[in-house]
Amino acid sequence: MRTLILILVLLVLALLSLLVGVADLSMALISISRIPRTAALILAGVGMSISGVIMQQMTQNKFVAPTTAGTLEAAKMGLLIFLIFIPTAGSGIKMLLAFLFTFVASLIFLSIVRKIRYRSVVFVPLVGLMFGGIIGSISTFFAVRLNIVQDTNAWMMADFSGILQGRYELIYLSLPAILITYLYANKFTVVGMGEDFSKNLGLNYNAIMNIGLFCVSLTVSAVVITAGAIPFLGLIVPNVVSLLFGDNLKKSLPLVALSGAIFLLLCDIAGRLVIYPYEVPIGVTVSIIGAIIFLLLIIRKR
Amino acid sequence: MKGVKRNFLIVILLLLAVAGLFLFYNMGSNWEFALRLRGIKVAAILVVACCVAYSSVAFQTLTNNRILTPSIMGFESVYLLIQTIIVFLYGDQTFRVLSSLDNFLLSVLGMIGFAFLLYILIYKKGKDNLYLLLLVGIILGTLFNSLSSFMQLLIDPNDYFIVQGKMFATFNKVNRDLLWPSTVVLVLLLVVGFRTSRYLDVLALGRDQAINLGLNYNRMVQLFLVIIAILVSISTALVGPITFLGLLVTNLTYELFKTHRHVVIIAACCLITAVTLLSGQFVMERLFHLSIPVSAIINLVGGFYFIYLLLRVRKL
Repeated sequence: MRTLILILVLLVLALLSLLVGVADLSMALISISRIPRTAALILAGVGMSISGVIMQQMTQNKFVAPTTAGTLEAAKMGLLIFLIFIPTAGSGIKMLLAFLFTFVASLIFLSIVRKIRYRSVVFVPLVGLMFGGIIGSISTFFAVRLNIVQDTNAWMMADFSGILQGRYELIYLSLPAILITYLYANKFTVVGMGEDFSKNLGLNYNAIMNIGLFCVSLTVSAVVITAGAIPFLGLIVPNVVSLLFGDNLKKSLPLVALSGAIFLLLCDIAGRLVIYPYEVPIGVTVSIIGAIIFLLLIIRKR
Repeated sequence: MKGVKRNFLIVILLLLAVAGLFLFYNMGSNWEFALRLRGIKVAAILVVACCVAYSSVAFQTLTNNRILTPSIMGFESVYLLIQTIIVFLYGDQTFRVLSSLDNFLLSVLGMIGFAFLLYILIYKKGKDNLYLLLLVGIILGTLFNSLSSFMQLLIDPNDYFIVQGKMFATFNKVNRDLLWPSTVVLVLLLVVGFRTSRYLDVLALGRDQAINLGLNYNRMVQLFLVIIAILVSISTALVGPITFLGLLVTNLTYELFKTHRHVVIIAACCLITAVTLLSGQFVMERLFHLSIPVSAIINLVGGFYFIYLLLRVRKL
């Protein structure tokens, strides 16, 4: 029932997102610009919130997400390296580079988390944010040398206005990752309970861990490349859903996916209307709304 | 204790040597001018070194770990937001509208105000969880960063260089107007800070032990948080953000001085920070001709050191 309502809301919003804009509607406009934009928004929303869920399950920590684990920063770094050293290579290489960086960063982050003795819920994301800051400072160093700090900031600010047919298809790479996540959802939860525990239950710990990281890295790098870094999404959507609907992953995953897409569509439509006919990049709207929701969450939590 | 004394001597000698090198190397014909210019820089470096050293050591003791620095609490984001707003409003008129002293005061007040709001917010709610405080600070920082980068998108690329100049710490722009007030405040705070440093020794044992030993834990934590906020604000407003400097120097200090008495550690850390900054500045100025901001290098080195620390230690 809930799922049905959410699907309906999503459809309405998607339709709205197709209709909002300055130019007069025409078939060409819709197929070249509006449909790609709406599709990218839905995929990014689903992908980022699902990645958040996987990371939270694997670290058994509600506050771990691409924003708080250095994942976004790593994707940025991969993109920056691409733009600096091999800007003429194809978008496949770009994707591969961003993917590799996020994957390695997630591996390092997980190995750090495993070492933390003082497992306060808040301490793990704190370390993750420091980790992200450091990756960021390394990228900044290169950006300063080449005098492209302002450009890098512009690339990274999440924005769906530049999405056109033929320039966004990489984001479909996140689909298989989302599918795998759905099939493996319960296994990720078990893996989060520790190596010994999961081996005891007959799971191949390392394999599952790697599959999880693979999915997260694939999704995050695809989204960062097509739209830019969307903060907070993987953090708040899963948390709000689990507050409202509980923690049974098989049941709540579709809800998380739908709410993620709805939230992103809402933010995008809001950003397009606030200073109509111009638009506010979605990175700004998401981080304002996201930060407020997240603060409410952690202050109310205990 | 003998080893500590010897190490102290070595660090002091090192500081003198580096400072001498910095002041007198390749002076040219107009030595008075060069000396005055360099003297101000050395003074600024010493002020920033003391601010960073005290605030980082105290902060790490409060949070009971060695991989955090106070600047992650959102101070630098507030600073950058203020600078971005100023440039956004005034564009290339920025320097005419706002003197450097005005800008300094505005930034310091902005950051201290932010910190106090944060403290009040958390402690009024009856939540004395320090980590929660940090997380809220960081989240607000992320929010401010998004706002700044949105405004930075809209700023004219020529004006943007004013903002970019503020994004990286530099000792080249410090002038005497700023140096005096910050030195006075610093000295006052250090007097209080060193007098109360024995409480830090107790706080280092952890919350429960500290309370058990009769310390008013929350009061003490609040006192040190206030000191830390003011110190970080001064150093950030004076030269700009150097996020990972504190991380680098505190860990170096703990490696060199194997003691847990805060008087010793903080004093040593001030010296080591000054040596690090002076030599960094010297290398950047004379060898690389200021092509890279010194803070970018320090953040890079500090960053790699941090990752090394995380991977090397078995437990955190």
